[in-house]
Amino acid sequence: MKLKTLLICIAVLVVLILTPFYLKTYGVHLLTTWLIFIIATMGLNLTIGYAGQKSLGQAAFFGIGAYTVAIFLKLGLSFWIGLPVGALICFFAGVLLGFPALRVQTIYLAFATLGFNTAVWLIMRNEEWLTGGTFGMNNVPRPTLLDFNLDNNRNYYFIVLAVTLVMGLLLWGLIKSPWGKSFTALRDNPIRAESLGIHVRNYTLMSFAIGAGYAGIAGGLYASLVQFIDPSLFTVGSSIMMYLMVVVGGPGYFLGPLLGSAVGVVLPEWLRFAQAWYLFIFGTAVILLMIWLPDGLLSIPERIRARKLAKEASDARARDAKRMQEQTTNGEATA
Amino acid sequence: MSGLATGSIYALAALGFTLLWQASGTINFAQGEFVMLPAFVMIIFMQMDISFIGSVALTCIVAVIVLGWLFKRGLVDPLFKYGMMPIVVATIGLSIAMRNGVRAGYSAQPLNFPSIFPADLYHIAGVTISNSDIGTFVMALVLVLLTQTFITKTVTGRAMQAVAQNTESAAVLGINVPRMIFYTFAINALLAVAAALLVTPTYLAKFDMGESLGNKAFFAAIIGGFNNSNGALLGGLLVGVCENLAAAYISPAYKDAVALIIFMVVILFKPQGLLGRREERKV
Repeated sequence: MKLKTLLICIAVLVVLILTPFYLKTYGVHLLTTWLIFIIATMGLNLTIGYAGQKSLGQAAFFGIGAYTVAIFLKLGLSFWIGLPVGALICFFAGVLLGFPALRVQTIYLAFATLGFNTAVWLIMRNEEWLTGGTFGMNNVPRPTLLDFNLDNNRNYYFIVLAVTLVMGLLLWGLIKSPWGKSFTALRDNPIRAESLGIHVRNYTLMSFAIGAGYAGIAGGLYASLVQFIDPSLFTVGSSIMMYLMVVVGGPGYFLGPLLGSAVGVVLPEWLRFAQAWYLFIFGTAVILLMIWLPDGLLSIPERIRARKLAKEASDARARDAKRMQEQTTNGEATA
Repeated sequence: MSGLATGSIYALAALGFTLLWQASGTINFAQGEFVMLPAFVMIIFMQMDISFIGSVALTCIVAVIVLGWLFKRGLVDPLFKYGMMPIVVATIGLSIAMRNGVRAGYSAQPLNFPSIFPADLYHIAGVTISNSDIGTFVMALVLVLLTQTFITKTVTGRAMQAVAQNTESAAVLGINVPRMIFYTFAINALLAVAAALLVTPTYLAKFDMGESLGNKAFFAAIIGGFNNSNGALLGGLLVGVCENLAAAYISPAYKDAVALIIFMVVILFKPQGLLGRREERKV
């Protein structure tokens, strides 16, 4: 199983490195957006999928990251300072947001984070001196790195790919560490986790903070990619979309965000012909998915395996029952 | 005063929320869209040259069938066994589908909607009050109280309460549980029609009108207390009034943050809501 995962990862990586050479500018742009959303939803997957919290505020962190980088670049500071600073701000904002999570659970928490998103969005829209208000901030420059020309979309794509890989590996390490196990313990049975000595408060806060940090980095990369940001990108609707991406892909599956972001970012482009009906189809698809596969697309293999096992078990039972019956009839015959 | 009117509309939608939650543990993220859809259905009926009263009556029937029966059978029943979050996600999907279905299938423009109250203005002690504000407030209040009376006083209503409090005992006592749950969904659909009737003349019929309404209603429901129907009324009015006051005296730009601030304060100090009962954590 482990070897298989590794092979899949290598194959995906090779495809990711080769694809941009066969795509036009817009295709590369789309692919970069996809990677950025993978980073953001990876963080969200940690919060929702592994730690079992509910967060509908990811777009707010995404926005904080984006605005931090944009403001830093506008002030003439380096992108490479702005990116980690944005992530740090998000990290601490995530700790703050984690506090209501300690008081309330599930749906209340979802609405608390949703409210946080609205608050951040209102600040972005109204504080013109800082964020440019509804007009947004344009001409956000691309970062510079040694001699690479990052104004070239393909080169920028590789930078984003590298960041995605680093973030992905970090998350993988985190999940495989005792920390990751504690997160899942928190999700599966918080009371038991607590009685086993897991510090519920710290882990809940951490799951929010790390998830938020990921969104911050994604936001920073995004600001430099599109070079124009305005508050409409960071609404509650975007947060809900990111949440759906995680749920559609499969919460708690490491590669879930890969698939979920593809559904949320790349698929709309393919379904261009459907135009206005696309979101209607998307919404309906989400309902059907919930009815048939409440654990997301990546639960399909597991579902098939479970069904196979169940079938084998029932076959075995049927065989045993038949043999027993034969034995009793034979026994009766000899008697 | 117009805060009270807005607040009473929030209260109507919030009441639907709490009813669904009590009866079936369903959190309906599409509550705002449940108000938007009847508004458009009424407009369509009126365009077919059916009188106003007739369209309202027909819309009530359509709402009970689509937003009550179909919603329950198609979405809530099959998902009930998975717990709360899949239902929440599915209703999010439903709200996206409804909003964009109306936009793509009917119209993306805001449409006018006739007011059921004459547009007169009164000046009392230096305060301007419009007829429709009073009408909206009174009618919403009457509807909320009517629903309350129905639930607490009639046999059917009490049976519905029994189902909400303890489903198994209710079934043992011979109450038809699925039917009672369906009644709740039907009442929710009718409340949505009423809210549509009251809210659309002021805010116009638009495909995304449900978005903020649904959120406010939910905040109102939590502020008032999720397991208490009176809480919905209190929460709705509180949010509506504070919002209008904040818009007038502090800053209209931050109007939408008001519900949020009250919500945060309530959650931090009394997570079960102002009128709610504490829910014990079970091991």
